[in-house]
Amino acid sequence: MRMELIQPFINAADAVFAEALQAPTKIVDLSMDENTYRRKGVAALIAIKGDIEGRVILDLAPEVAMRVASHLAGAVVPESEQVVRETVCELANMVIGNSVTLLNDQGFRFKVFPPEIHMSEQGLAGTVDTEAMVLCIETPCGEIYVNIAMHYLHRRRHEQAALSALD
Amino acid sequence: MQQFAALLRKDQKPVRYLVVDDSVFARKNLIKMIEQFGGEVAGEAGDGLTAIAEYNRSKPDIVLMDITMPQMEGIEAVERIVRQHAEARIVMVSSVGYQENILAALQKGAKHFVQKPVKPEVLYEILRYVLGDDPNAAGAPVALAGEHLS
Repeated sequence: MRMELIQPFINAADAVFAEALQAPTKIVDLSMDENTYRRKGVAALIAIKGDIEGRVILDLAPEVAMRVASHLAGAVVPESEQVVRETVCELANMVIGNSVTLLNDQGFRFKVFPPEIHMSEQGLAGTVDTEAMVLCIETPCGEIYVNIAMHYLHRRRHEQAALSALD
Repeated sequence: MQQFAALLRKDQKPVRYLVVDDSVFARKNLIKMIEQFGGEVAGEAGDGLTAIAEYNRSKPDIVLMDITMPQMEGIEAVERIVRQHAEARIVMVSSVGYQENILAALQKGAKHFVQKPVKPEVLYEILRYVLGDDPNAAGAPVALAGEHLS
């Protein structure tokens, strides 16, 4: 597990939730997990492929998603599965967008795939035997879980260029 | 809720916005801010192709355009709109804010960029700048919104 790859996601998640919810947030639990990921609520999985590869799962209970949706809308939003999905997807997009911005500006190039929503009772495919960092972030709307597994596939462009120049 | 002085056109009518984002949720959030700024929604679109059609139909004063969308991405839509309407005022609104993306959008004709999650006060200042009410309000358009306004 490379912490320099994980840290931008942790920072982005914390900052995005605090900014979106206009309130302080707190990382209340941080652990390593190698088992198949079992979602706790509605989970959005975003895959990344390129110089670095892996995936990030954002997971929150439907009632937490509804509270987030109502907070962002500025009024109570009627509960529906579509609102829950939209909320989880939008939060995931914001977290990923902010973190890949940091990694891209450091010279890593990769493709980010659209979020896949998981609501079934099965474990999430592609999470078996993957060492991941699991964070629980406490927000005013409830707990949000972030599961991050990321590794290098290639060196950064400028490192590759420097090595080529030495050859 | 924060109060903002209404942003109006030179003829004192409300500014008309086209909101382009594949997330209904994100569009609602932007529309809520537009209403706070005294504006009105001229149209909505969930992808770049629909955005071009909606622009031609509604001729908005400002377009708020996401980058990553299905069918046609925001940067290509900017290029096509600006090619037909050189006067178009388009502000990119995206969670992906790396320099390459921002520069590509500006080179295609976008006027500014704001990163999600959008702070109402940041968007307000950028809109003032783009509308030309206060040319010094939001600084140079190539900088990240969150950086120079904080």
